[in-house]
Amino acid sequence: MLLLECPNCGVIAEETEFHGGGEAHLKRFGPGSSDQDFEGYLFQRENPRGVHFERWRHVTGCGKWFHAARDTVTLEVFGTYSAQTVEPPEDLLETIRAKRPGFKWRDIA
Amino acid sequence: MSDVTGPAPVSALNGAVFDGYVRIAEAPMRGMITLRGDLSSSMMRNGATKVTGCDMPGQRQISLGEDRVIAWMSPDELLVGMPLSETAEALETLAGTFTDPAFSAVDVTHARAAFTLTGEDALVREVLAKLAPVDMSPEAFPEGSFRRTRLAQVPAAFWMPEPGRAELVCFRSVAGYVFSILSDAAREDGIVGLYA
Repeated sequence: MLLLECPNCGVIAEETEFHGGGEAHLKRFGPGSSDQDFEGYLFQRENPRGVHFERWRHVTGCGKWFHAARDTVTLEVFGTYSAQTVEPPEDLLETIRAKRPGFKWRDIA
Repeated sequence: MSDVTGPAPVSALNGAVFDGYVRIAEAPMRGMITLRGDLSSSMMRNGATKVTGCDMPGQRQISLGEDRVIAWMSPDELLVGMPLSETAEALETLAGTFTDPAFSAVDVTHARAAFTLTGEDALVREVLAKLAPVDMSPEAFPEGSFRRTRLAQVPAAFWMPEPGRAELVCFRSVAGYVFSILSDAAREDGIVGLYA
């Protein structure tokens, strides 16, 4: 069971109040992109054992989207942050580096 | 042509009541209007306070007046409540206030059902805690708190206007379900004593 804090309304609740929205920080490749880029955007997903970045929606609460960083093995939640960003905030990355030295997720390390 | 005023509106469960260790009663219909827009703007503040006479609520708070409320629903949404007969007038006032198209006021009166839970304070809190993943202890959920959450399998929102009374709002389409789960949670033989 995950305990997530919604950065939009400040509620700390367990995961049944939220809904997972898949991997975070995907870059869209649409019409005109190469087949390889489009395939990567559409199908290639991380499935890490350890640090993971995800999108979540506070579905029965405020209804807003946000990002969460967590560990898929221990279910520890490192932090949540705004949906209006293309990369995790630096202070959150510092926290994760301290707790999981040497972690790598796509091009984030 | 049809009668534009129509028959008097009927609540979802016709005022159903269940007496358990907490009394569950469907509340009489109240006017409810959803306001969307930038909550920090003066337009939103003017609109919401003008139709209710209440102060703007803080994050996850509800501001309670005599028979009107403003509830904080999300970072860009408020719910205002008022007596049913004054809904049309409030909508007109809001239409006059919200001149910017980025603001909207929608009448959701007939899309919602409301319930009142009354009884001993600790037991009212316990019934809600049985169904929602929320810490209902008086310290964590004091008077004036407002929480949108999940009630078993459906979304709902509730607040406690005074000790021993909780008000709950859900979608009208699930009113029967919400009434049945609340009644089940409040059965006489079901006291847990969580907040005793």
